[in-house]
Amino acid sequence: MDRYLLIISTICFLAAVVRTGIALRAGVFRQGRFNFLAIGLGFVFQTAFLSIRGQALGRCPLTNLFEVFVFLAWSVALIYMLVGPAYRLSLMGAFTAPLVVLLQGFALIAPIDARHPVKVPANSSLEFHASVSLIAYGAFALACIAGVMYLVQERQLKTHHLRSIFYHLPPLTDLFAAITRLLWLGFILYTVGIASGFFTGRPLPRVQVVAAIAVWLLYATILLGRYFRRIAPKRVAALCIVGFSVALTLLWGITFSAQTHSAP
Amino acid sequence: MNLFCVGLSHHTANVETRERFASGAGAECTLRAAGCAEALVLATCNRVEVYGASEKRVSTDEIAQCLLQNGEVSDRSHSRALPFYRYEAEKCVQHLFRVASGLDSMVVGETEILGQTKKAYQSARTSGAVGPCLHRLFQRAFRVAKQVRTHTEITRGSVSVGSVAVDLAQKIFGELANCRVLVLGAGDTSERTARALVSRGVTDLRVSNRSNHRAHELAQRVGGRSVQFDRWAQQCCEVDILITSTSSDVPLLNPTNLGPMLANRIDRPLFIIDIAVPRDVDPIVNEMEGVYLYDIDALRSVAEQSLAMRRRQIASAEAIIAEHVADFLQKVSCELRGAAGISGHPPVADSSLRPSQL
Repeated sequence: MDRYLLIISTICFLAAVVRTGIALRAGVFRQGRFNFLAIGLGFVFQTAFLSIRGQALGRCPLTNLFEVFVFLAWSVALIYMLVGPAYRLSLMGAFTAPLVVLLQGFALIAPIDARHPVKVPANSSLEFHASVSLIAYGAFALACIAGVMYLVQERQLKTHHLRSIFYHLPPLTDLFAAITRLLWLGFILYTVGIASGFFTGRPLPRVQVVAAIAVWLLYATILLGRYFRRIAPKRVAALCIVGFSVALTLLWGITFSAQTHSAP
Repeated sequence: MNLFCVGLSHHTANVETRERFASGAGAECTLRAAGCAEALVLATCNRVEVYGASEKRVSTDEIAQCLLQNGEVSDRSHSRALPFYRYEAEKCVQHLFRVASGLDSMVVGETEILGQTKKAYQSARTSGAVGPCLHRLFQRAFRVAKQVRTHTEITRGSVSVGSVAVDLAQKIFGELANCRVLVLGAGDTSERTARALVSRGVTDLRVSNRSNHRAHELAQRVGGRSVQFDRWAQQCCEVDILITSTSSDVPLLNPTNLGPMLANRIDRPLFIIDIAVPRDVDPIVNEMEGVYLYDIDALRSVAEQSLAMRRRQIASAEAIIAEHVADFLQKVSCELRGAAGISGHPPVADSSLRPSQL
């Protein structure tokens, strides 16, 4: 039953992707409420899915890779809903929706929804650690999306070939300010997430700790480079994309190792 | 009631012919005296058109005569050779919707025409020359124009060099109020571009020229301050937008001398508008991090891209217009039938509207 909710949610996000694709193909991309509404509806179904799954598990639904991917997609949509109004809503949605579709599509198709044979007991510290870390990933994902928007615009400005979408993108300096804020938001949340991991009352697997600190160091380096004006905005935008790709890969690794670690 | 449009535009007449007929609001009174129950004159730099509604047909010659400036009397045979066009009923409605939406303009999608049409309507309404027929037609035309602007990209992008430069500056910096601008060279195009930037909020504008006197003059005209020419390189470190139009034979800016200027501004882009011929800035500068260089050809190319993008939207705009024309005529036709029924007159033949009737 809960998977149907996730399928409907994915269809909502897919509708936003398809509509944007058609508009871009016709060269008539326009700001509109459709994307925001589609994403909003998708978010409602995502939340319903996580709520039902959480009730069934009796804890925060982060017990396998499938749930982690859905929770991450939910975090991306949540951060978009929160920060979206600061930018051009539908345009950021146009870039956010494909990422959510990819995450949820993969979660639905891949055989990764392995239920635990025994009910995993609730541990509020561990749930806090995992959920805050994943919301931080959502902020990093949005920074990555803003980075893509920055690079698209930068490229068009450099080559002097301005396409329809160019006129709907926020100014370069505004986008860069948004990237910086999202990086700080993600970094602070991630720091809180990592720190709380040490208070879960459980021994932490070394691989997970190393991977988490590697991601933390990566984003700390980007932010330090930005703070001391050592990295140009274009490189910061590119690093946001690289950083999120690395973080996502490591998240997979962390979750996979956690699953195998907890397996009897 | 016959609804018609008689006029000439940039498509059919040169500016000399157009200005002969660009009469003032007084023409509306003359037109009413000539038999038009309602009349509206739309006179812009690109067109002179009369929209009218009359019980009996008012000939094109009579309308042309009413439009002539300063009581000039036209020779009948000459007047017949004038490039006036005439649209009746459905064609007239369609033409007005196209005009108001900017589809018939010299620069497709320009929005000034809508303001001019509204002004002409307001003026005719004040003078009492507009009755229910034209009122309804023009109100619908304004609605159509708004819909076309909202639902197509017909007005997207800038189509003149000056406005392209300013739009690009806004796409890079957002608010221009905090931007510092240096104008290097006191030419006409730099002045126009500087003025456009000031009109969009720029307050810190510096002008530098080989002749200090000319720099000072231009600075005063555009509300900026003049800077000694030998200090322009130092100024480049501080500014966000550089407009160059000097008559230098060799490039003033190249990667070698620009590199050190950019060293301390890694997170601040530099937008260079090079409108000099020969160019003041080495094109390779565009490849430097954070530098966006637009020479006159690049600006023209962007303007042409915008125009091409607007042209691609014509079909979508025409579809919206066609829908409105059909709807407008249908509603008017229904009302005519209803009115005929109530007043006891025979209804208008069948369900269709006769082309000459509204």
